[in-house]
Amino acid sequence: MSKMVYADNAATTALSKNALDAMMPYLTEQYGNPSSIYKFSQNSKRAIDGAREKVASILGARPEEIFFTSGGTESDNWAIKSALELRADKGKHIISTGIEHHAVLHTLQHLETQGAEVTYLPVNELGQIDLNDLRKAIRKDTVLITVMAANNEIGTILPVAEIGAVARESGVLFHTDAVQAVGHIPISTAGMSIDMLSLTAHKFKGPKGCGALYIRGGVRLPTLLHGGGHERGLRSGTENTAGIVGLAAALEEASLHMNENAKRVSAMRDRLIGGLTKIPASRLTGHPTKRLPGIASFVFEYIEGESIILLLDQAGICASSGSACSSASLEPSSVLLAIGLPHEIAHGSLRLSLSEDNSEEDIDYILEKLPPIIERLRSMSPLWDNKK
Amino acid sequence: MYSEKVMDHFGNPRNVGEVEDANAVGQVGNPICGDIMKISMKIEDDVISDIRFKTFGCGAAVATSSIATELVKGKTINEALSLTNKAVAQALDGLPPAKMHCSVLAEEAIKAAIADYYQKQGVDPEPIIGCNFNCAQCKEE
Ligand SMILES: Cc1ncc(COP(=O)(O)O)c(C=O)c1O
Repeated sequence: MSKMVYADNAATTALSKNALDAMMPYLTEQYGNPSSIYKFSQNSKRAIDGAREKVASILGARPEEIFFTSGGTESDNWAIKSALELRADKGKHIISTGIEHHAVLHTLQHLETQGAEVTYLPVNELGQIDLNDLRKAIRKDTVLITVMAANNEIGTILPVAEIGAVARESGVLFHTDAVQAVGHIPISTAGMSIDMLSLTAHKFKGPKGCGALYIRGGVRLPTLLHGGGHERGLRSGTENTAGIVGLAAALEEASLHMNENAKRVSAMRDRLIGGLTKIPASRLTGHPTKRLPGIASFVFEYIEGESIILLLDQAGICASSGSACSSASLEPSSVLLAIGLPHEIAHGSLRLSLSEDNSEEDIDYILEKLPPIIERLRSMSPLWDNKK
Repeated sequence: MYSEKVMDHFGNPRNVGEVEDANAVGQVGNPICGDIMKISMKIEDDVISDIRFKTFGCGAAVATSSIATELVKGKTINEALSLTNKAVAQALDGLPPAKMHCSVLAEEAIKAAIADYYQKQGVDPEPIIGCNFNCAQCKEE
Protein backbone atom coordinates (compact mmCIF):
# COMPACT_ATOMS: atom_id res chain seq x y z
CA MET A 1 0.00 0.00 0.00
CA SER A 2 1.15 3.55 -0.63
CA LYS A 3 1.61 6.05 2.17
CA MET A 4 -1.13 6.05 4.78
CA VAL A 5 -1.48 8.34 7.77
CA TYR A 6 -4.17 7.06 10.10
CA ALA A 7 -5.74 10.00 11.92
CA ASP A 8 -9.10 8.53 12.87
CA ASN A 9 -8.28 6.98 16.24
CA ALA A 10 -11.51 8.26 17.79
CA ALA A 11 -13.35 6.01 15.33
CA THR A 12 -11.22 3.04 16.22
CA THR A 13 -7.62 2.14 16.97
CA ALA A 14 -5.19 -0.49 15.77
CA LEU A 15 -5.00 -3.57 17.97
CA SER A 16 -1.89 -3.42 20.15
CA LYS A 17 0.73 -6.14 19.84
CA ASN A 18 0.40 -6.93 23.55
CA ALA A 19 -3.37 -7.32 23.28
CA LEU A 20 -3.02 -9.59 20.26
CA ASP A 21 -0.41 -11.73 21.99
CA ALA A 22 -2.63 -12.03 25.04
CA MET A 23 -5.59 -13.03 22.87
CA MET A 24 -3.90 -15.54 20.63
CA PRO A 25 -4.08 -18.58 22.94
CA TYR A 26 -7.85 -18.09 23.34
CA LEU A 27 -8.34 -17.86 19.57
CA THR A 28 -6.36 -21.08 19.07
CA GLU A 29 -5.67 -23.90 21.48
CA GLN A 30 -7.50 -22.54 24.56
CA TYR A 31 -10.98 -22.78 23.14
CA GLY A 32 -12.68 -24.29 26.18
CA ASN A 33 -16.03 -22.91 27.29
CA PRO A 34 -15.36 -20.99 30.50
CA SER A 35 -18.52 -22.43 32.06
CA SER A 36 -17.46 -26.07 31.74
CA ILE A 37 -15.97 -27.75 34.78
CA TYR A 38 -13.11 -29.81 33.41
CA LYS A 39 -9.57 -28.53 33.80
CA PHE A 40 -9.14 -27.56 30.16
CA SER A 41 -11.96 -25.04 30.35
CA GLN A 42 -10.79 -23.67 33.66
CA ASN A 43 -7.95 -21.98 31.78
CA SER A 44 -10.51 -19.87 29.96
CA LYS A 45 -12.38 -19.17 33.18
CA ARG A 46 -9.18 -18.09 34.90
CA ALA A 47 -8.31 -15.81 31.99
CA ILE A 48 -11.66 -14.04 32.28
CA ASP A 49 -11.39 -13.75 36.05
CA GLY A 50 -7.92 -12.30 35.66
CA ALA A 51 -9.12 -9.81 33.06
CA ARG A 52 -12.00 -8.74 35.28
CA GLU A 53 -9.64 -8.15 38.20
CA LYS A 54 -7.30 -6.12 36.02
CA VAL A 55 -10.06 -3.91 34.63
CA ALA A 56 -11.56 -3.46 38.09
CA SER A 57 -8.31 -2.40 39.67
CA ILE A 58 -7.59 0.08 36.88
CA LEU A 59 -11.04 1.64 37.26
CA GLY A 60 -10.89 1.68 41.06
CA ALA A 61 -13.69 -0.85 41.21
CA ARG A 62 -14.27 -4.34 42.55
CA PRO A 63 -14.22 -7.29 40.12
CA GLU A 64 -17.88 -8.07 40.74
CA GLU A 65 -18.75 -4.57 39.55
CA ILE A 66 -17.37 -5.20 36.03
CA PHE A 67 -19.66 -6.76 33.41
CA PHE A 68 -18.29 -7.56 29.98
CA THR A 69 -20.45 -6.62 26.99
CA SER A 70 -20.13 -6.39 23.22
CA GLY A 71 -19.00 -2.75 23.36
CA GLY A 72 -19.95 0.82 24.07
CA THR A 73 -23.33 0.75 22.38
CA GLU A 74 -24.51 -2.25 24.37
CA SER A 75 -23.20 -0.83 27.65
CA ASP A 76 -24.96 2.49 27.04
CA ASN A 77 -28.24 0.82 26.08
CA TRP A 78 -28.11 -1.47 29.07
CA ALA A 79 -27.29 1.23 31.61
CA ILE A 80 -29.92 3.68 30.44
CA LYS A 81 -32.84 1.34 29.74
CA SER A 82 -32.27 -0.70 32.86
CA ALA A 83 -31.87 2.32 35.12
CA LEU A 84 -35.27 3.52 34.00
CA GLU A 85 -36.73 0.11 34.72
CA LEU A 86 -34.99 -0.09 38.10
CA ARG A 87 -36.38 3.24 39.26
CA ALA A 88 -39.78 2.98 37.57
CA ASP A 89 -41.59 3.63 40.86
CA LYS A 90 -39.74 6.93 41.26
CA GLY A 91 -40.44 8.37 37.82
CA LYS A 92 -39.44 8.53 34.18
CA HIS A 93 -37.33 11.66 33.95
CA ILE A 94 -33.76 11.50 32.64
CA ILE A 95 -31.19 14.27 32.36
CA SER A 96 -28.58 14.23 29.61
CA THR A 97 -26.79 16.67 27.33
CA GLY A 98 -27.07 17.85 23.76
CA ILE A 99 -23.71 16.33 22.80
CA GLU A 100 -24.09 12.64 23.57
CA HIS A 101 -23.08 9.88 21.16
CA HIS A 102 -25.88 8.26 19.16
CA ALA A 103 -25.60 5.17 21.38
CA VAL A 104 -26.98 7.35 24.19
CA LEU A 105 -29.01 9.88 22.20
CA HIS A 106 -30.96 7.36 20.15
CA THR A 107 -31.57 5.22 23.22
CA LEU A 108 -33.03 8.27 24.97
CA GLN A 109 -35.12 9.16 21.93
CA HIS A 110 -36.48 5.65 21.88
CA LEU A 111 -37.37 5.86 25.58
CA GLU A 112 -39.14 9.15 24.91
CA THR A 113 -41.50 7.30 22.58
CA GLN A 114 -42.18 4.94 25.50
CA GLY A 115 -43.20 7.72 27.85
CA ALA A 116 -39.87 8.79 29.34
CA GLU A 117 -39.13 12.50 29.63
CA VAL A 118 -35.61 13.71 28.87
CA THR A 119 -34.02 17.05 29.66
CA TYR A 120 -31.07 17.75 27.36
CA LEU A 121 -28.79 20.19 29.12
CA PRO A 122 -27.49 22.88 26.78
CA VAL A 123 -23.75 23.23 26.24
CA ASN A 124 -21.75 26.37 25.57
CA GLU A 125 -19.70 26.91 22.41
CA LEU A 126 -16.85 24.88 23.93
CA GLY A 127 -19.13 21.92 24.65
CA GLN A 128 -19.34 22.46 28.43
CA ILE A 129 -22.40 22.12 30.59
CA ASP A 130 -23.27 24.44 33.47
CA LEU A 131 -23.57 22.54 36.76
CA ASN A 132 -26.26 24.99 37.87
CA ASP A 133 -28.36 23.93 34.88
CA LEU A 134 -27.91 20.36 36.03
CA ARG A 135 -28.98 21.15 39.60
CA LYS A 136 -32.03 23.06 38.34
CA ALA A 137 -33.03 20.23 36.01
CA ILE A 138 -33.27 17.65 38.79
CA ARG A 139 -36.87 16.89 39.74
CA LYS A 140 -38.62 14.56 42.14
CA ASP A 141 -39.18 12.06 39.36
CA THR A 142 -35.61 12.22 37.96
CA VAL A 143 -34.20 8.71 37.87
CA LEU A 144 -31.00 9.04 35.88
CA ILE A 145 -28.32 11.49 34.83
CA THR A 146 -26.34 10.31 31.81
CA VAL A 147 -23.48 12.53 30.69
CA MET A 148 -20.47 11.49 28.64
CA ALA A 149 -16.99 11.77 30.14
CA ALA A 150 -15.47 13.18 26.95
CA ASN A 151 -16.93 13.99 23.58
CA ASN A 152 -15.98 11.96 20.53
CA GLU A 153 -16.39 14.75 17.96
CA ILE A 154 -14.98 17.86 19.59
CA GLY A 155 -12.84 16.28 22.30
CA THR A 156 -14.20 18.33 25.20
CA ILE A 157 -13.78 16.68 28.62
CA LEU A 158 -16.80 16.94 30.92
CA PRO A 159 -16.58 17.28 34.73
CA VAL A 160 -17.60 13.75 35.66
CA ALA A 161 -16.58 14.04 39.34
CA GLU A 162 -18.64 17.20 39.84
CA ILE A 163 -21.65 15.76 38.02
CA GLY A 164 -21.33 12.61 40.11
CA ALA A 165 -21.34 14.68 43.29
CA VAL A 166 -24.53 16.49 42.26
CA ALA A 167 -26.18 13.19 41.34
CA ARG A 168 -25.17 11.58 44.63
CA GLU A 169 -26.42 14.41 46.82
CA SER A 170 -29.77 14.31 44.96
CA GLY A 171 -30.08 10.54 45.12
CA VAL A 172 -30.17 10.21 41.32
CA LEU A 173 -28.32 7.44 39.48
CA PHE A 174 -25.39 8.64 37.37
CA HIS A 175 -24.19 6.90 34.21
CA THR A 176 -21.28 8.11 32.14
CA ASP A 177 -20.39 7.08 28.61
CA ALA A 178 -16.61 7.02 29.13
CA VAL A 179 -15.89 5.30 25.82
CA GLN A 180 -13.54 8.05 24.62
CA ALA A 181 -12.03 8.73 28.03
CA VAL A 182 -10.98 5.34 29.36
CA GLY A 183 -7.35 4.58 28.65
CA HIS A 184 -6.69 8.18 27.62
CA ILE A 185 -7.40 10.36 30.65
CA PRO A 186 -7.59 9.44 34.34
CA ILE A 187 -11.02 8.21 35.32
CA SER A 188 -11.84 6.27 38.45
CA THR A 189 -15.11 5.03 39.81
CA ALA A 190 -13.66 5.22 43.30
CA GLY A 191 -13.55 8.96 43.83
CA MET A 192 -16.12 10.08 41.27
CA SER A 193 -19.56 8.94 42.53
CA ILE A 194 -20.20 7.11 39.27
CA ASP A 195 -22.95 4.49 39.39
CA MET A 196 -22.47 3.13 35.88
CA LEU A 197 -19.71 3.60 33.33
CA SER A 198 -19.50 2.39 29.73
CA LEU A 199 -16.25 1.56 27.97
CA THR A 200 -15.22 -0.22 24.79
CA ALA A 201 -11.91 -1.91 24.02
CA HIS A 202 -11.41 -0.75 20.45
CA LYS A 203 -10.88 2.89 21.45
CA PHE A 204 -7.74 2.03 23.43
CA LYS A 205 -6.09 -0.48 21.10
CA GLY A 206 -8.11 -3.48 22.20
CA PRO A 207 -10.28 -5.61 19.93
CA LYS A 208 -13.59 -4.51 18.39
CA GLY A 209 -16.84 -5.95 19.70
CA CYS A 210 -15.82 -6.12 23.34
CA GLY A 211 -16.61 -3.63 26.09
CA ALA A 212 -17.73 -3.40 29.66
CA LEU A 213 -20.26 -1.79 31.91
CA TYR A 214 -19.21 -0.90 35.43
CA ILE A 215 -22.18 -1.17 37.78
CA ARG A 216 -21.56 0.04 41.29
CA GLY A 217 -22.22 -2.59 43.92
CA GLY A 218 -25.65 -2.04 45.40
CA VAL A 219 -27.17 -0.78 42.16
CA ARG A 220 -29.36 -3.75 41.23
CA LEU A 221 -29.58 -3.18 37.53
CA PRO A 222 -32.11 -5.48 35.82
CA THR A 223 -30.93 -8.29 33.58
CA LEU A 224 -29.98 -7.37 30.02
CA LEU A 225 -29.80 -10.83 28.46
CA HIS A 226 -31.60 -13.81 29.92
CA GLY A 227 -30.00 -17.18 29.43
CA GLY A 228 -27.37 -19.35 30.99
CA GLY A 229 -26.58 -16.95 33.80
CA HIS A 230 -23.24 -15.54 32.68
CA GLU A 231 -21.92 -12.25 34.08
CA ARG A 232 -23.63 -12.83 37.43
CA GLY A 233 -26.87 -13.58 35.68
CA LEU A 234 -27.21 -10.12 34.18
CA ARG A 235 -25.76 -10.63 30.73
CA SER A 236 -25.94 -14.21 29.57
CA GLY A 237 -24.06 -15.67 26.66
CA THR A 238 -20.83 -17.65 26.36
CA GLU A 239 -18.05 -15.18 26.99
CA ASN A 240 -15.87 -13.70 24.28
CA THR A 241 -12.78 -14.97 26.06
CA ALA A 242 -10.21 -13.64 23.60
CA GLY A 243 -11.95 -10.27 23.41
CA ILE A 244 -12.14 -9.93 27.18
CA VAL A 245 -8.49 -10.88 27.60
CA GLY A 246 -7.53 -8.43 24.83
CA LEU A 247 -9.58 -5.66 26.43
CA ALA A 248 -7.80 -6.11 29.74
CA ALA A 249 -4.35 -6.31 28.18
CA ALA A 250 -4.93 -3.18 26.10
CA LEU A 251 -6.35 -1.26 29.05
CA GLU A 252 -3.43 -2.25 31.23
CA GLU A 253 -0.97 -1.07 28.60
CA ALA A 254 -2.85 2.19 28.00
CA SER A 255 -3.05 2.93 31.72
CA LEU A 256 0.59 2.11 32.33
CA HIS A 257 1.68 4.57 29.61
CA MET A 258 -1.13 7.08 29.98
CA ASN A 259 0.96 10.02 31.15
CA GLU A 260 3.71 9.73 28.58
CA ASN A 261 1.24 8.96 25.77
CA ALA A 262 -0.98 11.90 26.70
CA LYS A 263 2.00 14.21 26.76
CA ARG A 264 3.35 13.15 23.39
CA VAL A 265 -0.02 12.84 21.67
CA SER A 266 -1.35 16.17 22.93
CA ALA A 267 1.84 17.87 21.73
CA MET A 268 1.16 16.50 18.24
CA ARG A 269 -2.49 17.50 18.54
CA ASP A 270 -1.48 21.04 19.46
CA ARG A 271 0.82 21.25 16.46
CA LEU A 272 -2.13 20.36 14.26
CA ILE A 273 -4.31 22.92 15.99
CA GLY A 274 -1.65 25.62 15.73
CA GLY A 275 -1.00 24.91 12.07
CA LEU A 276 -4.54 24.46 10.84
CA THR A 277 -6.18 27.35 12.65
CA LYS A 278 -3.82 29.61 10.67
CA ILE A 279 -5.96 28.81 7.62
CA PRO A 280 -8.36 31.73 7.09
CA ALA A 281 -11.99 31.22 8.15
CA SER A 282 -11.13 28.14 10.15
CA ARG A 283 -11.52 27.42 13.83
CA LEU A 284 -11.05 24.82 16.49
CA THR A 285 -14.18 23.14 17.84
CA GLY A 286 -14.37 22.08 21.48
CA HIS A 287 -12.41 23.31 24.47
CA PRO A 288 -8.86 24.56 23.78
CA THR A 289 -7.32 22.85 26.82
CA LYS A 290 -9.92 20.64 28.53
CA ARG A 291 -9.86 18.22 25.64
CA LEU A 292 -8.85 14.65 24.90
CA PRO A 293 -5.16 14.32 24.07
CA GLY A 294 -5.84 12.82 20.65
CA ILE A 295 -8.66 14.89 19.18
CA ALA A 296 -8.04 17.91 16.94
CA SER A 297 -11.38 19.07 15.52
CA PHE A 298 -12.11 21.97 13.22
CA VAL A 299 -14.57 23.70 10.99
CA PHE A 300 -13.52 25.25 7.69
CA GLU A 301 -16.07 27.71 6.40
CA TYR A 302 -17.40 27.75 2.82
CA ILE A 303 -16.58 24.11 2.11
CA GLU A 304 -18.12 20.77 2.92
CA GLY A 305 -16.61 18.07 5.11
CA GLU A 306 -17.12 14.98 2.98
CA SER A 307 -15.19 16.61 0.16
CA ILE A 308 -12.32 17.29 2.56
CA ILE A 309 -12.34 13.65 3.69
CA LEU A 310 -12.32 12.34 0.11
CA LEU A 311 -9.39 14.54 -0.91
CA LEU A 312 -7.49 13.66 2.26
CA ASP A 313 -8.12 10.01 1.42
CA GLN A 314 -6.57 10.55 -2.00
CA ALA A 315 -3.50 11.88 -0.17
CA GLY A 316 -3.51 8.77 2.05
CA ILE A 317 -4.85 10.48 5.18
CA CYS A 318 -7.74 8.83 7.09
CA ALA A 319 -9.95 11.33 8.94
CA SER A 320 -13.63 11.97 9.57
CA SER A 321 -16.28 14.67 9.47
CA GLY A 322 -19.61 15.41 11.10
CA SER A 323 -20.99 16.92 7.92
CA ALA A 324 -24.44 15.93 6.72
CA CYS A 325 -23.06 14.38 3.59
CA SER A 326 -20.98 11.91 5.52
CA SER A 327 -24.13 10.65 7.19
CA ALA A 328 -27.37 9.30 5.80
CA SER A 329 -29.57 11.98 7.30
CA LEU A 330 -28.51 15.19 5.46
CA GLU A 331 -28.39 16.84 8.88
CA PRO A 332 -24.99 17.84 10.18
CA SER A 333 -23.90 16.33 13.48
CA SER A 334 -26.15 17.16 16.41
CA VAL A 335 -23.02 17.83 18.49
CA LEU A 336 -21.87 20.61 16.17
CA LEU A 337 -25.34 22.17 16.17
CA ALA A 338 -25.49 21.88 19.98
CA ILE A 339 -22.31 23.95 20.36
CA GLY A 340 -24.08 26.65 18.38
CA LEU A 341 -22.57 26.29 14.93
CA PRO A 342 -24.95 27.30 12.15
CA HIS A 343 -25.80 24.49 9.72
CA GLU A 344 -23.70 25.90 6.89
CA ILE A 345 -20.58 26.01 9.06
CA ALA A 346 -21.20 22.64 10.71
CA HIS A 347 -21.08 21.12 7.21
CA GLY A 348 -17.39 22.02 7.00
CA SER A 349 -16.19 19.99 9.96
CA LEU A 350 -13.08 17.85 10.15
CA ARG A 351 -11.86 15.61 12.96
CA LEU A 352 -8.28 14.39 13.08
CA SER A 353 -7.73 12.00 15.95
CA LEU A 354 -4.29 10.77 16.94
CA SER A 355 -2.82 7.98 19.00
CA GLU A 356 0.63 7.13 20.29
CA ASP A 357 1.20 5.28 16.99
CA ASN A 358 1.30 8.58 15.12
CA SER A 359 4.61 10.31 14.52
CA GLU A 360 5.77 13.89 14.10
CA GLU A 361 6.24 13.04 10.42
CA ASP A 362 2.52 12.25 10.21
CA ILE A 363 1.79 15.72 11.56
CA ASP A 364 4.21 17.30 9.07
CA TYR A 365 2.48 15.40 6.29
CA ILE A 366 -1.02 16.49 7.34
CA LEU A 367 0.12 20.09 7.74
CA GLU A 368 1.58 19.93 4.24
CA LYS A 369 -1.39 18.25 2.52
CA LEU A 370 -4.42 19.78 4.19
CA PRO A 371 -4.09 23.54 3.51
CA PRO A 372 -3.96 23.11 -0.31
CA ILE A 373 -7.03 20.84 -0.11
CA ILE A 374 -8.97 23.54 1.75
CA GLU A 375 -7.80 26.09 -0.78
CA ARG A 376 -8.73 23.90 -3.72
CA LEU A 377 -12.25 23.26 -2.43
CA ARG A 378 -12.72 26.95 -1.70
CA SER A 379 -11.62 27.86 -5.21
CA MET A 380 -14.55 25.72 -6.38
CA SER A 381 -17.05 27.08 -3.85
CA PRO A 382 -19.55 29.78 -4.85
CA LEU A 383 -19.76 30.79 -1.19
CA TRP A 384 -16.06 31.62 -1.00
CA ASP A 385 -16.51 33.98 -3.99
CA ASN A 386 -19.25 35.89 -2.25
CA LYS A 387 -17.13 36.17 0.83
CA LYS A 388 -14.15 37.66 -0.99
CA MET B 1 -19.43 3.98 -1.66
CA TYR B 2 -18.93 5.98 -4.87
CA SER B 3 -18.37 4.63 -8.39
CA GLU B 4 -15.03 5.17 -10.10
CA LYS B 5 -16.73 7.63 -12.43
CA VAL B 6 -17.92 9.73 -9.49
CA MET B 7 -14.44 9.71 -7.98
CA ASP B 8 -12.94 10.67 -11.33
CA HIS B 9 -15.27 13.66 -11.70
CA PHE B 10 -14.78 14.62 -8.06
CA GLY B 11 -11.00 14.33 -8.21
CA ASN B 12 -10.65 15.93 -11.67
CA PRO B 13 -13.73 18.05 -12.09
CA ARG B 14 -14.34 19.35 -15.64
CA ASN B 15 -15.32 22.93 -16.39
CA VAL B 16 -14.72 24.46 -12.97
CA GLY B 17 -14.99 28.21 -12.67
CA GLU B 18 -17.06 30.93 -14.23
CA VAL B 19 -17.69 31.87 -17.86
CA GLU B 20 -16.47 35.44 -18.11
CA ASP B 21 -18.94 36.77 -20.63
CA ALA B 22 -21.77 34.56 -19.43
CA ASN B 23 -25.31 35.40 -20.52
CA ALA B 24 -26.92 32.66 -18.40
CA VAL B 25 -26.25 32.16 -14.70
CA GLY B 26 -28.14 29.93 -12.30
CA GLN B 27 -27.63 29.03 -8.66
CA VAL B 28 -29.59 26.41 -6.75
CA GLY B 29 -29.44 24.75 -3.35
CA ASN B 30 -28.72 26.42 -0.05
CA PRO B 31 -25.88 26.37 2.43
CA ILE B 32 -28.05 25.07 5.26
CA CYS B 33 -28.66 21.82 3.39
CA GLY B 34 -25.00 21.61 2.50
CA ASP B 35 -25.00 21.98 -1.27
CA ILE B 36 -25.00 24.92 -3.63
CA MET B 37 -24.40 24.73 -7.36
CA LYS B 38 -23.75 27.75 -9.51
CA ILE B 39 -23.64 27.33 -13.26
CA SER B 40 -22.70 29.97 -15.79
CA MET B 41 -23.09 29.59 -19.55
CA LYS B 42 -22.45 31.41 -22.75
CA ILE B 43 -25.38 30.72 -25.08
CA GLU B 44 -24.95 31.62 -28.74
CA ASP B 45 -27.56 30.88 -31.44
CA ASP B 46 -29.45 28.59 -29.08
CA VAL B 47 -26.31 26.57 -28.40
CA ILE B 48 -24.43 26.33 -25.10
CA SER B 49 -20.98 27.22 -26.37
CA ASP B 50 -19.34 27.47 -22.95
CA ILE B 51 -20.30 26.35 -19.47
CA ARG B 52 -18.63 26.32 -16.06
CA PHE B 53 -19.63 25.52 -12.49
CA LYS B 54 -18.82 26.25 -8.91
CA THR B 55 -20.10 23.97 -6.18
CA PHE B 56 -20.18 23.88 -2.40
CA GLY B 57 -20.98 20.36 -1.35
CA CYS B 58 -20.03 16.75 -1.01
CA GLY B 59 -18.25 14.48 -3.47
CA ALA B 60 -21.47 13.65 -5.29
CA ALA B 61 -22.42 17.33 -5.57
CA VAL B 62 -19.12 18.15 -7.26
CA ALA B 63 -19.26 15.10 -9.53
CA THR B 64 -22.86 15.69 -10.67
CA SER B 65 -22.05 19.34 -11.44
CA SER B 66 -19.01 18.30 -13.42
CA ILE B 67 -20.74 15.62 -15.50
CA ALA B 68 -23.79 17.84 -16.08
CA THR B 69 -21.59 20.53 -17.62
CA GLU B 70 -20.05 17.91 -19.89
CA LEU B 71 -23.43 16.53 -20.90
CA VAL B 72 -24.82 19.87 -22.04
CA LYS B 73 -21.75 21.61 -23.44
CA GLY B 74 -22.19 22.19 -27.19
CA LYS B 75 -25.84 21.19 -26.98
CA THR B 76 -28.89 23.26 -27.91
CA ILE B 77 -31.07 24.78 -25.21
CA ASN B 78 -33.79 22.22 -25.90
CA GLU B 79 -31.36 19.34 -25.58
CA ALA B 80 -30.06 20.78 -22.31
CA LEU B 81 -33.59 21.20 -20.97
CA SER B 82 -34.30 17.54 -21.60
CA LEU B 83 -31.45 16.46 -19.31
CA THR B 84 -32.93 14.56 -16.37
CA ASN B 85 -31.41 13.88 -13.00
CA LYS B 86 -31.57 10.16 -13.80
CA ALA B 87 -29.43 10.71 -16.88
CA VAL B 88 -26.93 12.61 -14.74
CA ALA B 89 -26.76 9.77 -12.22
CA GLN B 90 -26.53 7.15 -14.96
CA ALA B 91 -23.67 8.98 -16.64
CA LEU B 92 -21.79 8.61 -13.35
CA ASP B 93 -22.53 4.85 -13.22
CA GLY B 94 -25.01 5.51 -10.45
CA LEU B 95 -25.10 7.33 -7.10
CA PRO B 96 -25.77 6.05 -3.58
CA PRO B 97 -29.49 6.51 -2.78
CA ALA B 98 -28.75 9.19 -0.18
CA LYS B 99 -26.95 11.20 -2.86
CA MET B 100 -29.59 11.16 -5.58
CA HIS B 101 -30.66 14.66 -4.54
CA CYS B 102 -27.32 15.91 -5.87
CA SER B 103 -28.32 14.81 -9.38
CA VAL B 104 -31.61 16.67 -8.96
CA LEU B 105 -29.66 19.75 -8.00
CA ALA B 106 -27.49 19.43 -11.13
CA GLU B 107 -30.56 19.21 -13.37
CA GLU B 108 -32.06 22.22 -11.62
CA ALA B 109 -28.86 24.25 -11.88
CA ILE B 110 -28.84 23.82 -15.68
CA LYS B 111 -32.50 24.81 -15.87
CA ALA B 112 -31.97 27.78 -13.57
CA ALA B 113 -29.20 29.10 -15.84
CA ILE B 114 -31.39 28.73 -18.92
CA ALA B 115 -34.28 30.44 -17.10
CA ASP B 116 -31.93 33.33 -16.38
CA TYR B 117 -31.02 33.46 -20.08
CA TYR B 118 -34.68 33.72 -21.11
CA GLN B 119 -35.36 36.35 -18.49
CA LYS B 120 -32.48 38.44 -19.79
CA GLN B 121 -34.03 38.14 -23.26
CA GLY B 122 -37.33 39.39 -21.87
CA VAL B 123 -38.96 35.98 -22.26
CA ASP B 124 -40.95 34.45 -19.43
CA PRO B 125 -39.19 31.12 -18.78
CA GLU B 126 -42.03 29.58 -16.87
CA PRO B 127 -44.09 28.18 -19.79
CA ILE B 128 -40.91 26.75 -21.32
CA ILE B 129 -39.21 25.31 -18.24
CA GLY B 130 -42.13 24.95 -15.89
CA CYS B 131 -40.63 27.08 -13.15
CA ASN B 132 -39.00 30.49 -13.04
CA PHE B 133 -36.41 29.35 -10.45
CA ASN B 134 -37.31 32.13 -8.13
CA CYS B 135 -36.68 29.74 -5.26
CA ALA B 136 -37.38 32.21 -2.48
CA GLN B 137 -40.90 32.54 -3.82
CA CYS B 138 -41.35 28.75 -3.96
CA LYS B 139 -40.34 28.36 -0.34
CA GLU B 140 -42.94 30.88 0.80
CA GLU B 141 -45.72 29.08 -1.06
C1 LIG C 1 -18.68 8.36 22.97
C2 LIG C 1 -18.98 7.03 22.36
N1 LIG C 1 -19.95 6.26 22.88
C3 LIG C 1 -20.25 5.06 22.36
C4 LIG C 1 -19.58 4.55 21.25
C5 LIG C 1 -19.98 3.21 20.72
O1 LIG C 1 -19.05 2.23 21.01
P1 LIG C 1 -19.04 0.83 20.23
O2 LIG C 1 -18.64 1.15 18.82
O3 LIG C 1 -18.04 0.00 20.93
O4 LIG C 1 -20.41 0.27 20.31
C6 LIG C 1 -18.56 5.33 20.68
C7 LIG C 1 -17.79 4.88 19.51
O5 LIG C 1 -18.20 4.73 18.40
C8 LIG C 1 -18.27 6.60 21.23
O6 LIG C 1 -17.31 7.39 20.71
